[in-house]
Amino acid sequence: MSGWPLYEVFVRSKRGLNHVHVGSLHAADDETALRHARDLYTRRNEGVSIWVVRSDHIAATSPDEKDPFFAPSGDKVYRHPTFYAIPDDVPHM
Amino acid sequence: MSSTEHTELPAYEAPDRNAHGRLDDTGDVYEMLDDAHEALAHAGNAYEALNDGDDPRWAYGTGFADPLAGVDTRVPDGVDGADLAAYCLMLGDDALIMSHRLQEWCTRAPELEEEVALANIALDLLGQARLLLARAGTADGSGRDEDALAFRRDAGEFRNVLLAEVPNGDFAEAMARLLVFATWRLALLERLTGSRDPVLAAVAVKGVKEVAYHRDYAAGWVVRLGDGTSYSRERAVAGLAAVWPLVTELFTPHEVELRLASAGAGADPSALREGFDDVLGQVLTAATLTRPTDTTFTQSSDTTLTRPTDTTFTLPRDTAPGRPAGRSGTHTAALTDLLAEMQSVARAHPDATW
Repeated sequence: MSGWPLYEVFVRSKRGLNHVHVGSLHAADDETALRHARDLYTRRNEGVSIWVVRSDHIAATSPDEKDPFFAPSGDKVYRHPTFYAIPDDVPHM
Repeated sequence: MSSTEHTELPAYEAPDRNAHGRLDDTGDVYEMLDDAHEALAHAGNAYEALNDGDDPRWAYGTGFADPLAGVDTRVPDGVDGADLAAYCLMLGDDALIMSHRLQEWCTRAPELEEEVALANIALDLLGQARLLLARAGTADGSGRDEDALAFRRDAGEFRNVLLAEVPNGDFAEAMARLLVFATWRLALLERLTGSRDPVLAAVAVKGVKEVAYHRDYAAGWVVRLGDGTSYSRERAVAGLAAVWPLVTELFTPHEVELRLASAGAGADPSALREGFDDVLGQVLTAATLTRPTDTTFTQSSDTTLTRPTDTTFTLPRDTAPGRPAGRSGTHTAALTDLLAEMQSVARAHPDATW
């Protein structure tokens, strides 16, 4: 229906640490994409900062690449720092 | 970021190595990693992640600020209660009726995103209408609540400007109309932030932020359409021309407005014209559009406005320079139709709750 390009929307919540992908929308340009994002994704008081980026500007892995990209990390259990006892007074772990 | 915010994140739970840590069993390793990812992905979806998953605020509409919290709701000394009520009715009806016209865009806007944008603007105005009508009901001592005022008055008792009530045209006309409405209302609300009535001042402080966005939104579209394709420009010119005859009324003071202005609680609309013209001038220049000339009407004959789309309407016979029609309760037939729809449920089921 829409001839406008697709944008992906990222919102940082009031207490959030980083922007989180929340969805996508159509918009004529970057400026209207931000406004649409404001109206579509922050109307219930969710956010304090919005990023939008044209979907075709995102380089993404394809499902076909899943095995060569991700399978090799699947059996390296020693990469997880789970072999250590974490002292109680070390925060944020 | 303070450390307290970090500690709100759920702790990472190490998988049980004794159960899953055997490297010779890849199936278990994968299972272990799945467990780990599950533990890390504490938010089930992106929306929950926005509020750490445990904050009920966003989903249930709580946690919003009451714009009248801590505001003294007594009518200030030197301000006539009946005048204040009439004034709040004027500003409240502007918002209520304009909101309804914007709501009519639902399912009819050219794009879903614009539809939501227009509905948001309508909701902002509805919020202003509720506060202002509630204020009107208390200031005049009648005790009528916002619903009684919105749903149990006939057209002749409404005090909104005609700009708010005329039927919707096409999208370009809607943007021209919203630009005019929001520019005018923003100038008005900016003055009212200093009102001697604390309730009006509080409503204005809240409204300025909202209407500033409305004006920005509409201005963006007027520029985009006016300085766009030859067809979009044609629509923008026609839309502006359709709306402009309703501009003079916005700046024609009613005696209640003048009395409230001299009491320090209201604003004289004629004083808003200069600022309005400045803003419109900037927007129209950017849009490469020419400002239409002001229209004056005579009382000798009906004035029928031709509209770019399917509707024409006739201005009330006593619409004349020096007399604000809507503020005096004189409206177009369009308002009667609008109210018939808006009030139908409330009138069919009085005092129904759900």
